[in-house]
Amino acid sequence: MQRNPQLNEKGELQHLLSTEGLPREILLQILDTAESFAGVTEREVKKVPLLRGKSVFNLFFEPSTRTRTTFEIAAKRLSADVINLNITVSSATKGESLLDTVANLSAMQADIFIVRHESSGAPFLIARHVKPHEHVINAGDGRHAHPTQGLLDLFTIRHYKKDFSRLTVAIVGDILHSRVARSLIHGLTTLGAPEVRVIGPQTLLPAGVEALGVRVFHDMRAGLADCDVVVMLRLQSERMRGALLPSAQEYFKHYGLTADKLALAKRDAIVMHPGPMNRGVEIDSSVADGPHSVILPQVTFGIAVRMAVMSIVAGN
Amino acid sequence: MRLHIKNARVVEPASGKDASGDVFVVDGRISREGGKADRVIDAKGLVVAPGFIDLSARLREPGHEYKATLESEMDAAVAGGVTSLACPPDTEPPLDEPGLVDMLRRRAKALSRARVYPIGALTVKLAGEALTEMGQLTDAGCIAFSQANAPLADTQVLWRALQYAATFGYPVWLRAEDAGLAKGGVAHDGEIATRLGLPGIPPFAETIALATILELVRATRARVHICRLSTAGAVELMRRAKEERLPVTCDVAVHHAHLCELDLGYFDPQCRLEPPLRGQRDRDALARALADGVVDCLCSDHTPVDEDGKHLPFAQAEPGATGLELLLPLTLKWGQAQKLPLAATLARITSEPARVLGVASGTLAAGAPADLVIFDPAASFTVAAENLRSQGKNTPFLGYELAGRVRCTIVEGKVVYES
Repeated sequence: MQRNPQLNEKGELQHLLSTEGLPREILLQILDTAESFAGVTEREVKKVPLLRGKSVFNLFFEPSTRTRTTFEIAAKRLSADVINLNITVSSATKGESLLDTVANLSAMQADIFIVRHESSGAPFLIARHVKPHEHVINAGDGRHAHPTQGLLDLFTIRHYKKDFSRLTVAIVGDILHSRVARSLIHGLTTLGAPEVRVIGPQTLLPAGVEALGVRVFHDMRAGLADCDVVVMLRLQSERMRGALLPSAQEYFKHYGLTADKLALAKRDAIVMHPGPMNRGVEIDSSVADGPHSVILPQVTFGIAVRMAVMSIVAGN
Repeated sequence: MRLHIKNARVVEPASGKDASGDVFVVDGRISREGGKADRVIDAKGLVVAPGFIDLSARLREPGHEYKATLESEMDAAVAGGVTSLACPPDTEPPLDEPGLVDMLRRRAKALSRARVYPIGALTVKLAGEALTEMGQLTDAGCIAFSQANAPLADTQVLWRALQYAATFGYPVWLRAEDAGLAKGGVAHDGEIATRLGLPGIPPFAETIALATILELVRATRARVHICRLSTAGAVELMRRAKEERLPVTCDVAVHHAHLCELDLGYFDPQCRLEPPLRGQRDRDALARALADGVVDCLCSDHTPVDEDGKHLPFAQAEPGATGLELLLPLTLKWGQAQKLPLAATLARITSEPARVLGVASGTLAAGAPADLVIFDPAASFTVAAENLRSQGKNTPFLGYELAGRVRCTIVEGKVVYES
């Protein structure tokens, strides 16, 4: 098999495309660097000059508010110039190919491409065709990966739980369509979390998911027992149309996180959610806003993690 | 015109004969003796065998000339030792009218390279609804009827099509794939698709469809050829169907005899194929079933795709691989892995597809059409875009070191390719 396309010939991070296959040292390097940036975001002057003069192109082929905004904030705090391109309303609709779009932007002296695309693997395709000094950061591709989200989840877990070596982590909901779940699972298994569980109905679990190193539960109560971390996934309303689920109400009955179910986890368990939340579908408001929830800190940490990723790839 | 091929290693797949000797060609047919030859070809150190018969090669005409032309692909065919090929009806427009078939045959004949056997569309526009005029299409030269890779979702239409075809003895060639189960899928529904986040096609999309087809064959006695098996489960169904003596045959695309889902690597669009590359166990079952005869033929499933069609994210990339020029080396590689004698190896691309097509070629018997290939089984080469004649450079085997090079291809006694 070919060399991991994310790493350069020295084994350093050239692009961030997936948490899969990233060595433990690189994951820790990102988390540690993010730790050092967490202070910056709390300062009066929230800027460091690490990416001064660099151009960061936000290339979003799929709508997103939160991820795009946090990347933009992160880039600006690193003093980079940020150009936002909403491709759904520009070239793609005029029939320009993905690679042509990238080649054109590259001609405008880009340094970092932040790419979101509805098709799994699109950032790999772009990474294969950019110039050697350009970097690609995957901001979510299809069902495949959302590595900065996975990393900010890891950062959050480490922040509250200190280390991974004794943790039981449960990821609940639509694993089949979730790039967030995949990225978190790879990160957790690499960092040595001893038990990663996925909880959901058969219709929302991909074939052979056990091969990712997880334990499968269909019964949420059994799956939550003694967990340290509970990660709830967003349920898209279109899942009800594809014969995957009968209704949001029935989903909530089986897989919605309520205070009652959360009580089965450890007393100091944290509850995470990549957002945006559907209250009353996958999570009850009392839990989302309750003492176990670290959902808003996740967003804050996301900026530091994205600053870390951008500064590391740009430095390699 | 008389040809004398001397000092050759003569391999006759139909009989298993493999011995040194001479082959004579007189007036386009193989002859027991030659008399005074117009040309003598010294094939010292080379194999002479019947020309290869490829059950699936897309020539992309009419309609897809930007991907390939009849000229480029017929060149590729003879450079690969392929002297006869069946072309699926998924052209633009599809081969659902006698005029289109007639034009294709004339154009192919004018190029005088390989023989082209068009497969007609089973349903109008391949839409899976109305039957085509199979009688008129047969008169125009169609040798069978097929949906190519287009779904046939309505089982009643399939049943009627098989009843109608059985009435007149027209062969029907079908991919076994349940349209509903395959909908939206682009990769084998397994560990790799799960990792890569690609929508999957479960293996039972094939076995369920195959079980349906076999049940309809039992009911109608239509002669059916199953195209491009991809799963171990389907192999078992075919094994039982043959034990039951149902009138069915089947083939496997040559890339499926070698590759599996692991070869997708990091979203390699060259591995976007129909059917998808499946698990290692499936691949091994296909390779073994080809050796034990449950699978009758290997084909190239030649599908030239231009660069734009492959420079896309995996799911959007156009499916298919170029294959005419790799059929021989990949067949040899499979035969070696299965420890088969050369004659048995070559049977999968000569005598067996001839039997499926019902043609007289694919043999060296006296009187047979002089469709021949002379090749060097040991000559190795690296697969590279620049040495493929096909307009499609799309193959997962780029960069592979393979053995087996064609030196000379003869169709109806005429040398159509030499290197």
